[in-house]
Amino acid sequence: MTQIDPTETFRQEAQDVLEQLEQTLLDLGSSLDDSELIDSAFRALHTIKGSGAMFGFTEVAEFVHEFESAFDRVRKEIVAPSNALVNVSLDAKDHIANLIAEPKIHTASGAQILRRLRTVVGTDIPESYTETLNQDSPKNVTEKITLNKGWRINFNLPGDCLSFGANPYLLLGELRDLGDCKVRGYAKSMPSIETLNPECCFLSWNVTLISDCSIDRVEDVFLFVRDEIDLDIIQILPEVEEMVDATAVANLEVNSSSASSTRKTEIQNNPAHGNSSLRVAAERLDELLDHVGELVIAQARLSQISEESRDSRLMGVTEDIERLSAGLRDITMGIRMVPIGTLFNRFRRLVHDLSAELGKNVEFATSGEHTELDKTVIESLADPLVHIIRNAIDHGLEDPQCRVVAEKHKYGTVRISAAHEGAEVTISVSDDGAGLDAERIRKKAEEMGLIPSDSVLSEIELYQLIFHPGFSTAQEVTSVSGRGVGMDVVSRTIDNLRGRIDVTSRPNNGTTVTLRLPLTLAIIDGMLVRVGDNRYSIPLSAVEECVELPTEISENPRGRNFLSIRGELVPFLRLREIFNTKGLDELHQKVVIVSAGEQRMGLVVDQILGNTQTVIKSLSPLHADIETFAGATIMGDGAVALILDVVQLMRSAQHLERRLRNENDGEAA
Amino acid sequence: MTQVVSSMENIPASKVMRALTLELGDEVFAIEATSVREIQDIVPVTEVPNAQQFVGGLINVRGRVVPLADLRVKFGMERRPPDADTRIVVFEITLDIEPIIVGILADRVHTVTDIAIADVEPPPNVGMRWRPEFVRGIAQHNGKFIIIPNLGAIFSSTSTQPKELETEGRN
Repeated sequence: MTQIDPTETFRQEAQDVLEQLEQTLLDLGSSLDDSELIDSAFRALHTIKGSGAMFGFTEVAEFVHEFESAFDRVRKEIVAPSNALVNVSLDAKDHIANLIAEPKIHTASGAQILRRLRTVVGTDIPESYTETLNQDSPKNVTEKITLNKGWRINFNLPGDCLSFGANPYLLLGELRDLGDCKVRGYAKSMPSIETLNPECCFLSWNVTLISDCSIDRVEDVFLFVRDEIDLDIIQILPEVEEMVDATAVANLEVNSSSASSTRKTEIQNNPAHGNSSLRVAAERLDELLDHVGELVIAQARLSQISEESRDSRLMGVTEDIERLSAGLRDITMGIRMVPIGTLFNRFRRLVHDLSAELGKNVEFATSGEHTELDKTVIESLADPLVHIIRNAIDHGLEDPQCRVVAEKHKYGTVRISAAHEGAEVTISVSDDGAGLDAERIRKKAEEMGLIPSDSVLSEIELYQLIFHPGFSTAQEVTSVSGRGVGMDVVSRTIDNLRGRIDVTSRPNNGTTVTLRLPLTLAIIDGMLVRVGDNRYSIPLSAVEECVELPTEISENPRGRNFLSIRGELVPFLRLREIFNTKGLDELHQKVVIVSAGEQRMGLVVDQILGNTQTVIKSLSPLHADIETFAGATIMGDGAVALILDVVQLMRSAQHLERRLRNENDGEAA
Repeated sequence: MTQVVSSMENIPASKVMRALTLELGDEVFAIEATSVREIQDIVPVTEVPNAQQFVGGLINVRGRVVPLADLRVKFGMERRPPDADTRIVVFEITLDIEPIIVGILADRVHTVTDIAIADVEPPPNVGMRWRPEFVRGIAQHNGKFIIIPNLGAIFSSTSTQPKELETEGRN
């Protein structure tokens, strides 16, 4: 576990950088003249190239090198950035990701992308990009001159030159006056210290000069030492200048006054102060969370014991431990929290690609990117959200022509937003499209036999039908959607996360799909209640209030199943009935009013015991058939309590209600 | 006893099943000792409403919520209330490639012993009160019959019989 594979580190880092690059490219797509973005893309590429070469990903380094060269032309304002450039760059970015994953397989397909890239930036250099990086000596470059960007100067002075008054320092200074210079000194012929003659020169130099000066100007610098010097002046291509960084690692860098090398230092420093974060294996966090869960249980037990003992010293310590473990719990849960913006960013690309594919103009807006969610939750949300966004673009938004007819802006908007609402996180995807067609959904549902043809359903209930497996009102199946699988995936995932989905829609105004998720999954605050001899925990986030069960209802168990809460009718369930609890009803039963989404419901319990920290443990597959529980937890006294699944109870209440209604109808008829 | 043990030393280990023997009703059962994690005294059991009788409870085993099964239900035996000899045997079982930990009630736990595979016979087709798929074999050991239950079959018959039509699993 402590063994860290350096290539794995590279992969992870490259993934981060590539994600960043994708965002930058997408930003660039919307504001083409932002030179800041081009620089940022260039830096990202440069980082990948450098570290790729270092970790032996030569295919990656070679490809990125070409990619970078293209961007260099944009950066130097030789070519103006364009949407074509953004599109091909996005493909190239995907290709880099593929190369990193499987270098051997994808190498071939890169050539085509590079060709497109070259066409866009206007450099149709015939040479294969593989040659450029493989050279050990810069001499090989001489043949491919198309443009004079600068000079590469190799020179070494004879050993006795210093005694004839030559001064390499001055020579380098003169070169620097001509333009930006990168100077490397080579100490290859340096003898050991015993035989070293301090008055002799053993160094040779390699200078990369970025300047449009003529070769004569360069040769003039060496005018006075021309006879004894070994001089080699080579004209260079623009990209070669950057390439040197990656190859000549062992060389001694003497001078770094040039613009390009300052930029390089910047890049190296960036990760250091940009984010002082640490990569930790996810299993370790899970382990930590497990232990904290155990600690919370043990602490609850300790609290109970100390309360019984009434020993003030013990109670003091217990209070301290309670505070500490609560803090530890919050921090541990916090470690796993990630802003949801990381997920939103992934969708920008999806929207970009989809809008091109479907020929719809789509604006993608996000808000609430800083809302934090458990990382595992965020990851499992990626798929459902993809399906929802696809649906919104494919089914929700109309064609540009239709939009114009409907007097809307020809750009459709898909907005994704996230927010904390109490102990829940809500994530909404809304579009300003045509809205759901309630009639069509009803017709389809009747066709599929999901609802009886004369049933009365509210719009909300009707919209829920779109989450049924195989349900699709699309007349034809496109490559994007229409098979009726997507929404089923959404509802399954959200069910598994103990969340729920609300759909609202207004004709011609658009549809909003809202996912509501519990804030954390592992530890929640629960309200402990007693039904018969058993204790149950109700997630506190769902509890709205508790009231006494009115005597006229408790005395007449066969009567109505509605309570009036401040003038509103709220249906209630007797948990004793649902759980088949033995024994007679107790006096003074309580009703816990819980809510899920727009709906409210009362749960009749025997006694309310108080609040507890509930560490959720999932039930084994042996109890998979029991739907009314979200899991179990261990209480302070070591006993197990079941956690009620409010959403499922709500559903079974609806079933019950419908059945009762049908029975009554039958009796009436 | 000594005779049995000495005869066992001569046969290779794979021909021997190291087993924990326990008593349910009037019968002795043997379960493979390697799968057993611990044996507990009776602890408070939380009833799971609407669960099948066979796995009607949950217990706390070192901070883990573990289903408690009662084999007596599957073997049609009388369910006696727990007494001083009642134990809970906690063991691991693989169910649909997923290992899970379960506890079973035992009226009394005997010992760990070696049962020669040669002494195990397949369940007879006639003359047995129990469903044949629940019995892996019956061993004769020290002149007594020992039932080797097929725990895999017993537990998977539980998890594949959902009470309602909604079969979507929850983990």
